[in-house]
Amino acid sequence: MEHIVIIGNGISGVTAARHIRKLSDKKITIVSAETDYFFSRTALMYVYMGHMKFEHTQPYEDWFWKKNRIELKKGFVKQIETKSKTLHFAEGDTLQYDKLIIATGSKPNKFGWHGQDLDGVMGMYHKQDLEKLEKYAPNNKVCKRAVIVGGGLIGIELAEMLHSRHIPVTFLVRESSFWNGVLPEEESTMINREILANGIDLRLSTNLKEIVSDENGQVKSVIIQETGEEILCNVVGLTAGVSPNIDFIKDSSIETGRGVKVNRYLETNIPDVYAVGDCAEQHEGIDQRRTIEAVWYTGRMMGETVAQTICGNRIQYKPGHWFNSAKFFDIEYQTYGWVWAQPRENEARFYWEHKDGNKCIHINYDKNTRGFIGINTFGIRMRHEFFDKVLTKKESVDYVLEYLADANFDPEFYKLHEKDIVKKFNTENNTNIQLKKKSWKRIFA
Amino acid sequence: MKIIKQLGLVLFLIGLGIFTGTLFTGSFSLSEAEFDEFITSKNYKSEIIKEELKKATVTEEDLNIFEFSSRVRNAYETSNNHYDTLIAKYDAEKNWDKKGEQYQYKIYGKPHTLSYEIAKKAGSGFVKKHGGLLWWFTFGLAIIGALLFILPNIILLGRPGIKHNGIYHEASTNRGWIAWLVLVYLVVFYLLLYFMADYVVNWTYILDPISKFLNGGPASQWFVYGFLYCVIMLVMAARMYIKYRHNKYQIIRTTSVLFFQIVFAFLIPEIMTSLNMPGYDFKNAFPLDYDFFFEWNLDSLRDSGAIGLFILVWGIILTLIIVPVMVYFFGKRWYCSWVCGCGGLAETLGDPYRQHSDKSLNAWKLERWLIHSVLMFSLVMTLVTLYCYFSGDEAFLGIKSQWIKDTYSFLIGAWFAGVIGTGFYPIFGNRVWCRFGCPLAAYLGLVQRFKSRFRITTNGGQCISCGNCSTYCEQGIDVRAYAQKGENIVRSSCVGCGICSAVCPRGVLKLENGPEKGRINPTDILLGNDVDLMDLVNQK
Repeated sequence: MEHIVIIGNGISGVTAARHIRKLSDKKITIVSAETDYFFSRTALMYVYMGHMKFEHTQPYEDWFWKKNRIELKKGFVKQIETKSKTLHFAEGDTLQYDKLIIATGSKPNKFGWHGQDLDGVMGMYHKQDLEKLEKYAPNNKVCKRAVIVGGGLIGIELAEMLHSRHIPVTFLVRESSFWNGVLPEEESTMINREILANGIDLRLSTNLKEIVSDENGQVKSVIIQETGEEILCNVVGLTAGVSPNIDFIKDSSIETGRGVKVNRYLETNIPDVYAVGDCAEQHEGIDQRRTIEAVWYTGRMMGETVAQTICGNRIQYKPGHWFNSAKFFDIEYQTYGWVWAQPRENEARFYWEHKDGNKCIHINYDKNTRGFIGINTFGIRMRHEFFDKVLTKKESVDYVLEYLADANFDPEFYKLHEKDIVKKFNTENNTNIQLKKKSWKRIFA
Repeated sequence: MKIIKQLGLVLFLIGLGIFTGTLFTGSFSLSEAEFDEFITSKNYKSEIIKEELKKATVTEEDLNIFEFSSRVRNAYETSNNHYDTLIAKYDAEKNWDKKGEQYQYKIYGKPHTLSYEIAKKAGSGFVKKHGGLLWWFTFGLAIIGALLFILPNIILLGRPGIKHNGIYHEASTNRGWIAWLVLVYLVVFYLLLYFMADYVVNWTYILDPISKFLNGGPASQWFVYGFLYCVIMLVMAARMYIKYRHNKYQIIRTTSVLFFQIVFAFLIPEIMTSLNMPGYDFKNAFPLDYDFFFEWNLDSLRDSGAIGLFILVWGIILTLIIVPVMVYFFGKRWYCSWVCGCGGLAETLGDPYRQHSDKSLNAWKLERWLIHSVLMFSLVMTLVTLYCYFSGDEAFLGIKSQWIKDTYSFLIGAWFAGVIGTGFYPIFGNRVWCRFGCPLAAYLGLVQRFKSRFRITTNGGQCISCGNCSTYCEQGIDVRAYAQKGENIVRSSCVGCGICSAVCPRGVLKLENGPEKGRINPTDILLGNDVDLMDLVNQK
């Protein structure tokens, strides 16, 4: 029986395992050094905040693995010997595979800052980071202030986490506005406001120079690059992005760049070795995507895809229309299609913001063809299926506005804003779009 | 703000302390005249009970309720023992005539009930005399204290949004010592209420003035329960309004359960009683209202003229037509989390404990066995009762009508719905009864599962498997198991509280009523991936 070994028990590896099991009777082993069981990494924050216990982040009960004959091995792979198809573990033992899937995810970036390995400095990625945070920042007596370096999704989540325990937070963001490499200015500004409204000491256009140690090798303060200011703190969160977690592969014959290089079939240069998820790097970005996509959803899709290939139905990784989501403190964010931080040559934008300043939508469309390109929505939930269909059928921006009521996914009784949105669009664009009433027939067609 | 909160907590505890303390106060005895009046009203034939009860209750001694209760119950027992001995004796002598004669002297009913009836008349003391004043020192203090504890959350919780911070760090909400204390208090409360009402007779004095105002008569232990129920729901609804002030679905739903509890379950029956009608809760549908078809209720309705007939017809229409039709259009939520009293308490008092429901597959299996067994139990009981009612027999299919009614009332009505259902909130979550026991929920669930427009829609491929939805599902549904497969949630047990949708950080879940077609949509490959792959796998 063919033995499929998967390194990494995150969403990519586990999805692959589940689908291989559905499609075949192969022997499956998942290897992880992090935890015994699969858990949702995106939910770690809720454990620290006291919304959930760690066990709640585990999507499957413990019997699930045995029932589905998926073997779990705890161990740290230190070397892959592709010739003999052998994994060597740091613990000294080995494991033979017939096919190997590398799904080791990411690790937090460290840019060689002075003091980056002190006690009390951590990322927020692994379960071990959570344990460290619990140790160094259990409350605002032990941790009088925390400094977060890096203004991305994990950074703002870490800020929310610490804030939930009333720990003062200084948030150093290199950019001139939060996440403005991804978000257009309007949305970015809205999130700046949200961060400040939660009492976070947000420092834009600010870089870390170094982290200062106390006499015990623990964080004492950080020094700001631009001003030389010293900020006393007990914890430093390094959240300046992530990169593929592939150090153990570097001296194998598997080709790597920043990540494990894969073709469209998620195959590496070595036969029977595949890579999926955050650690996989495409030779060229697919569609307009990046070569490395460190996103939950893409990890899952790669897992779904590679399982087909491994089970004899060799298919390309061909993700559909881009979508993503996040939550910035109390503001939910969803995006469908592309809305770049800066409009491109052929693009026009439509922006609507609610007067409370916590809700907005931003639509991107082609100014020549009026084709819909993408939407950012903040504080209003929208239907994935609606926009997926719109993008597939290449509908126009006018169509989207006309049928915007079908797109709404907010809970029942919520105030609807479509009328207001369409009105603004009509005024700005001299159009006469009439909002259609929501129709179950269309929604569920 | 924190100081206000702490002050509130102290006031609440003082109020609760005095409330509990009143149970140990008062002096219980009857005058000769009161005693005679009581005995006449009872029509006892036994001389022994008269004599024994008189010894027990007509006294100069300063008896508290526990001593008083014990004496009354002794008298009850002595009398019955006496006749039991005679019965045994004549039985041995095969003197059937004499034996048969003795039964008329026996007294029936629960000793604690007899004790309660006498104690209600026999009490004297500060509480009875100053019921109104005591109301302020018990209910008044506790309400003000609780509100002072709750209202500062408008500021302390921060900006509107889901603020479950610290739920798993607190002893009260993480099965710590506070939770266990609350459990013990609630369980003892229910045991006293259901089985030893005489012990809480002092509470009825506190509410006598309000009861007299509402229905003209003194308060019973059920009045105390109903009033307390409303007060608790009101106060805890204030908490819900603050916690979910960003979520209109929760606000409206909370208002709805509050309205139905106060108006339908409490005020209307009280007013009906004062008008000499049978007090009826018009929203309480059979088989949750399990004694609707009991002889005493049917007799009472029959004797109440037009209104009685109306109630009878309404009760039948409610169960057979209104309930399933509404479930078809809106899901069982219209009843369970918008109208029902049990649901109302669960959604207010129980909300802090919702995360404790068991999400395991085994719990789901247990749930299906238990709840459908209770449904069968209630139907068999009703069948037997109705058959016996119309035929005049004592039993049907070998099941004695009285026995099955008593057994159901005791096991399901008192223990399951009350003691376990509510008493265990802090440890097993707030919907134990609704999930495992309620026969009406089982019935609604069957309709919801097989013939309804209701579902929780999963928003394409947006789920990140975080588990907030499952954690906060009070019905123990593993919501995430569906959402992470891109599959809608269609489950008989879902009461549509809407919290899964509220706590989802990615906007994945929406409660909605739509066409039946495509309501159940199992998928293997989620939206967002290769369309050809989706077609290939999902359409297999």
